[in-house]
Amino acid sequence: MLQTAERGASTSKNAPHEKYLKAFRIMFQTRIFEEKLASLYRGGLITGGVYLGKGQEAVSVACGLFLQKGDVFAPLIRDQAGRSAFGEPLVDVARTYLGSRSGPMRGRDGNIHRGCPKAGQLAMISHLGAMVSVVVGKLLAKRMKGEKGFIGLTTIGEGGMQTGATHEGMNIAAVERVPLVIVATNNHYAYSTPNDRQFACADLVDRAKGYGYEGSSVDGTDLAQCLEVISAAVKHARAGRPPQLVVASTLRLAGHGEHDDASYVTEDIKRESFAQDALQRTEQFILEHELVDREGLQQMRAELAAEVDEAVATAQQEEAPVGSEEDWCAVSTRELADEPTLAE
Amino acid sequence: MSVTYLEAIREAQAKLLRDDDRVFIYGQDIAGKFGGAFKATKGLAEQFPGRVLNTPISEDAMVGTAIGAAMEGMRPIVEMQFADFSSVALNQILNNAGTQYWRTQTPCPITVRLPSGGTKGSGPFHSQSMEGIYSHYPGLVVLTPATVEDAYTMLIDAVAIDDPVIYCEHKYLYYHLKADALPTEKLPIGKARVVRPGRDLSIVTNSAMVHEALAVAQQFRAEGIELEVVDLRSVKPLDTATVLASVARTGRLLCVGEAFPWGGVTAEVIARVATEGFHLLDAAPARINAKDTPIPYHPNLWSEHRPNAKTIAAKVRQVLAE
Ligand SMILES: Cc1ncc(C[n+]2csc(CCOP(=O)(O)OP(=O)(O)O)c2C)c(N)n1
Ligand SMILES: [Mg+2]
Repeated sequence: MLQTAERGASTSKNAPHEKYLKAFRIMFQTRIFEEKLASLYRGGLITGGVYLGKGQEAVSVACGLFLQKGDVFAPLIRDQAGRSAFGEPLVDVARTYLGSRSGPMRGRDGNIHRGCPKAGQLAMISHLGAMVSVVVGKLLAKRMKGEKGFIGLTTIGEGGMQTGATHEGMNIAAVERVPLVIVATNNHYAYSTPNDRQFACADLVDRAKGYGYEGSSVDGTDLAQCLEVISAAVKHARAGRPPQLVVASTLRLAGHGEHDDASYVTEDIKRESFAQDALQRTEQFILEHELVDREGLQQMRAELAAEVDEAVATAQQEEAPVGSEEDWCAVSTRELADEPTLAE
Repeated sequence: MSVTYLEAIREAQAKLLRDDDRVFIYGQDIAGKFGGAFKATKGLAEQFPGRVLNTPISEDAMVGTAIGAAMEGMRPIVEMQFADFSSVALNQILNNAGTQYWRTQTPCPITVRLPSGGTKGSGPFHSQSMEGIYSHYPGLVVLTPATVEDAYTMLIDAVAIDDPVIYCEHKYLYYHLKADALPTEKLPIGKARVVRPGRDLSIVTNSAMVHEALAVAQQFRAEGIELEVVDLRSVKPLDTATVLASVARTGRLLCVGEAFPWGGVTAEVIARVATEGFHLLDAAPARINAKDTPIPYHPNLWSEHRPNAKTIAAKVRQVLAE
């Protein structure tokens, strides 16, 4: 069911979802920000990898947009939009990519491996699937502590879905009956590997039944659908229904990382309907339905770009971490640090 | 009344569940009347409803779930059915638990109990000693209690520690070791213990091998040779100071470990003594470990695979002869 806006800006009167314009704004900023990151990378100003969510902004933004305080969000590699929607400050992203010691990871970890567990946003480890059960544990603990009304949401790719950790995590979530939403984005490539070498089932959403989940599919290039389907999944989880699996279809519109020219992506697949650019589609819809006019969009771009530039400029002015000032201690109980660790 | 090593582990968990609402136990076959493959949680599920939970056979997810719960303020204890199966959870333990605090400044106080070490007839996949692997990675505390008293106090301490703790309990000691009562005193985590003072050579060891070493020391006594035996107790952090002090007294070092020979605890101890206490040594330090093959099933092979009183004694003579 499509919702119409009941309140808010008059421009959203004809929007297919009350959060449509808000979502668009975040998607738009994400694109601008990621283009900036790409150019910083090309200019040699970013050490390490840069991983973008181009083409996946609609699904991702919907993942963050319906979460509230007390919820747990475990985003992955292509979730800049979702992270921003959840409330991650842009400057913290810039700080992590640029290695500022003032960032949440303080130079200890980089790029997408960032988070703020206290604020409900877990910091992914690289190993795909590993975060699923960690979210389960957070939710289990919240229930044990008597909290109410919370949910967890984590994302995964069609490639990451094939790890043992994802399988174990999805299963244990259902066994523990925790309020979990898993949003799997099938963007048709896992690094360079197409789907026929990744899985052999007809549709990944069919797995929902096997795990005891409720499953739904969504066109990941259609923002209205993403908002509708993912908000429904969040609502169902909150209402105590079984864990939810949402499978979105898109094409990865960037390389795996910015180091990758993605020359293996076939011309045929680029003509599929899931290969459309979600941001362009959204923009088109907005113009066609006169939610915002061209001039308004231009103004919006200028505002968003200014925020991006400010975040990057702030991070660039901050100091880098210094080895001699680093506390080389991996345990929180300092007296239990092994001697050689501290001796150096 | 007497208490076995296994009962001490059960009693420690009962106390933890009783004293601290944040504690729960998570593992395979541990709930209900069954109480675990070794009965280390027998009766606890009934006594503490909802806090001793059976899990699917999903070691990775068991630990991942514990990590999430710990980050949320709980104090989960994960029981691995056998230490060997914790290999399936290596990723969660090493890469997720071990890095969490350093990366995010969020403490990750999980305790993973590993029923470790060899017993007759257990074979390659139910006999392993994995403390070396876990110690190699940063961010973890690794404990190997060798006595009933330590089994009890170190498990209680493990759960109180704000970091991930790998608690290696030795299956051979479960029923073989008995104490008169639960302890009222304890040595802090991170301190090794000189379990037998000596003069002529230091045997530095841990877990079940402490008892093999003590048996060997007893044999040598008849010859007027006094072996000192140091029980490391905690493998990480490693109490180098106590080891060095022992070597300073005896001038000779033999490290004994039940784990495989490449790298590991014995190699680490020797490396530290050689680098920090070379001048204390009157002879080259030596070590003895299990053989570099999978752990055999048959008792005849198994008893030759691991260090035993005979092979330890032979090594002691070698070092003394130098
Ligand atoms: C367990 C594991 N193996 C390998 C990798 C290396 N790796 C990082 S991303 C990636 C591809 C992931 O594909 P997919 O899950 O489809 O997500 P996408 O990149 O398409 O968003 C691989 C192989 C990893 N991070 N984790
Ligand atoms: Mg993919």
